[in-house]
Amino acid sequence: MAFFTVNALDLLRYVSYHIDAYLYDIARSIMIPDDTSVYDKADTAHERYRAGFGVSEDLIREISRQKNEPVWMLEKRLRAFALFLETPLPQWGPDLSGLDLNKITYFVRPDAGESKSWEDVPEDIKRTFDRLGIPEAERTSLGGVGAQYDSDVVYHNIKDEWARQGVVFENMDTAVQNYPDLIRKHFMTSCVPINDHKFAMLHAAVWSGGTFIYVPPGIKVLFPLQAYFRMNAERGGQFEHTLIIADKGSEVSYIEGCSAPRYMTSALHAGCVELFVGEGATIRYSSIENWSLNTYNLNTKRALVEKNGTIEWINGNMGSGTTMLYPCSILVGEGARSESLGIAVAGPGQHQDTGAKVIHVAPRTRSIIRAKSISRGGGVASYRGLVRVGKRADETISHVTCDALILDGASQSHTYPFIKTENTNSEVSHEARTGRIGDDELFYAMSRGLSEERAIQMIVGGFVEEVSKKLPLEYAVEFNRLIDLQMEGAVA
Amino acid sequence: MLEIKDLHIVADGKEIIRGVSLRIQKGRIVALMGPNGSGKSSLVNGIMGHPHYAITQGHILLHDKDITHMPPHEKARNGIFLSMQHAPALPGITVSSFLRNACSALTGKTLPVLSFQNMLEIEMKKLGIDIEMAGRHVNEGFSGGEKKRLDALQLVLFKPQFALLDETDAGLDIDALKIVAETIKQASAVMGILLITHYTRILNYLTPDEVHVLQDGIITRSGGKELAEEIEKQGYKNER
Ligand SMILES: Nc1ncnc2c1ncn2[C@@H]1O[C@H](COP(=O)(O)OP(=O)(O)OP(=O)(O)O)[C@@H](O)[C@H]1O
Ligand SMILES: [Mg+2]
Repeated sequence: MAFFTVNALDLLRYVSYHIDAYLYDIARSIMIPDDTSVYDKADTAHERYRAGFGVSEDLIREISRQKNEPVWMLEKRLRAFALFLETPLPQWGPDLSGLDLNKITYFVRPDAGESKSWEDVPEDIKRTFDRLGIPEAERTSLGGVGAQYDSDVVYHNIKDEWARQGVVFENMDTAVQNYPDLIRKHFMTSCVPINDHKFAMLHAAVWSGGTFIYVPPGIKVLFPLQAYFRMNAERGGQFEHTLIIADKGSEVSYIEGCSAPRYMTSALHAGCVELFVGEGATIRYSSIENWSLNTYNLNTKRALVEKNGTIEWINGNMGSGTTMLYPCSILVGEGARSESLGIAVAGPGQHQDTGAKVIHVAPRTRSIIRAKSISRGGGVASYRGLVRVGKRADETISHVTCDALILDGASQSHTYPFIKTENTNSEVSHEARTGRIGDDELFYAMSRGLSEERAIQMIVGGFVEEVSKKLPLEYAVEFNRLIDLQMEGAVA
Repeated sequence: MLEIKDLHIVADGKEIIRGVSLRIQKGRIVALMGPNGSGKSSLVNGIMGHPHYAITQGHILLHDKDITHMPPHEKARNGIFLSMQHAPALPGITVSSFLRNACSALTGKTLPVLSFQNMLEIEMKKLGIDIEMAGRHVNEGFSGGEKKRLDALQLVLFKPQFALLDETDAGLDIDALKIVAETIKQASAVMGILLITHYTRILNYLTPDEVHVLQDGIITRSGGKELAEEIEKQGYKNER
């Protein structure tokens, strides 16, 4: 089924020059299977478990025990926890004083069925589901109250195909059992070490679920590993870990998250993404995050890129009350390349502190950072970035461009670009633009019959086009719809 | 009929249009000429409701209904079309998506992607526009002539009742000028047209029913086609 889906979508892409509401409906009708069996509740054999508030050594031991982890993983968790306890909260960036780490539930078995009902899901989120046309079964899952979306059914055929080529695509918990050597070598070691920063320590201590991907040398995975189980609750957890290893000369695209809002009762999301890009390999990592407004989204994402390897980051952030996210590329091999494309949307009450980091270690490495932000209704969007060029990184080139769109006088945009160069034989440039929607553009669109609101939506849609055109169609459509929704009420 | 009565328009605190009256009837072409800076663009931008051009006095009547202060999108939905002298670019918005959204907004009907695409390609071919333009971003990196062709395309697609064409003939090569003039001529059978132009070249292809000369914010002379020819020969110097 999945293969037909892709062909149909490609066809649509071919005949249409732009993604819009109409295509959205088509895409949805193709993507969402009518057969409701795929929504059946997954594996109910697990014991139900929901930890109390706060984190403790006992809890960590319990997590590890339930997952039946090897000793080294438990030890790693405990070491990280000890570091976490002695490390203060970061003193820079957005205000985290509202985050009470003792009032958070750190572990819920995915099938535990949280003790809340549909009535508890906030009205604005329900409304957004409605407007996005999210099907009933998906809504309850996204709202955190329904049955888990068991996508195994959908992607099983493809999985066999990958397996023949040696591609591994697993839940992270399962991978620890099945690929202990690979995991032990790569899990929070050289890419994001457990002592990296306070929230990485916390993550290492309590992580649960996530994705593991391994692509053998020379294998090119032709279409993005993604959609087929985007609803899987285990992957969308609070502390999920993503580990992707692209071996020599291989290629893989991965997309995670989803643009429909995800309601979490808990106030903290601290995921971690580690990408290993082997010699001459390419990873394209896309992520759309739209956590509910009551959350702090404090994520760590990093890629280690070997000789002539390429990492492409695409990150969209429109949810959470506060976000701190700076995907980082460490270019350790000669000729390695990094491209980061980010979009952050800050609406009323939101502080999006996002950006990108690139560390040029080896000679002739290249990086491009494109950061876009939209702030409106009093929202604050900040770009915080770092480009560091080491002594050995001769003939390195790095370009940073930040574009901020501010929709009203109450909203803010800030830019904090840090550049550290220890090599004189390299080129680093930074460009920043802040703008509003031009009167001429707005007038022109309105003179074609579009209401002011619709005209603003369209212009903002144009502003984010660079991001949406890189997403798989069904994500792009939903992403565009969501941007539209966020622009509603933007007219004074 | 679109009727402009004693219109005064202020831009940036300065009165640029100081009492202009015009009547545009269906099936007729009214040409408006005048030296640079005389206020031609200000007049049509003001009529359409551009926020920088405030109407401080006078009225705009559409079939006797006062639409003076209607917002631009409602004027558009009521059948008025403006081809701006300098249309801005809309980055990231493809021509096809923009036109389809505009057509939907103007007609109040959501147009299916594929049938709209077909219609678009047919009209583009007629106007000698490369189909590729449908996938480009609106006016972004367009040459002067390409922008004007896009406007002609919009005129055909939107089918307004009244079209205000601000130098839609500017910067067109000979072949394009012929096509655009022919398009306007055909359109003029079913709508009223106000054509702002500097050259009589386009008037070789279509005959205006009236010619007016705007100078320093007021109409100083009115006549037929021969007035345009006279201006072509003698310029505006001895007009006042
Ligand atoms: N937004 C504005 N703010 C201030 N002054 C303006 C504005 N728009 C136009 N003007 C001034 O009003 C006068 C008329 O300008 P307008 O563009 O209407 O002339 P025009 O007749 O269309 O000229 P052209 O033949 O060069 O297109 C000029 O002096 C111009 O500088
Ligand atoms: Mg002008």
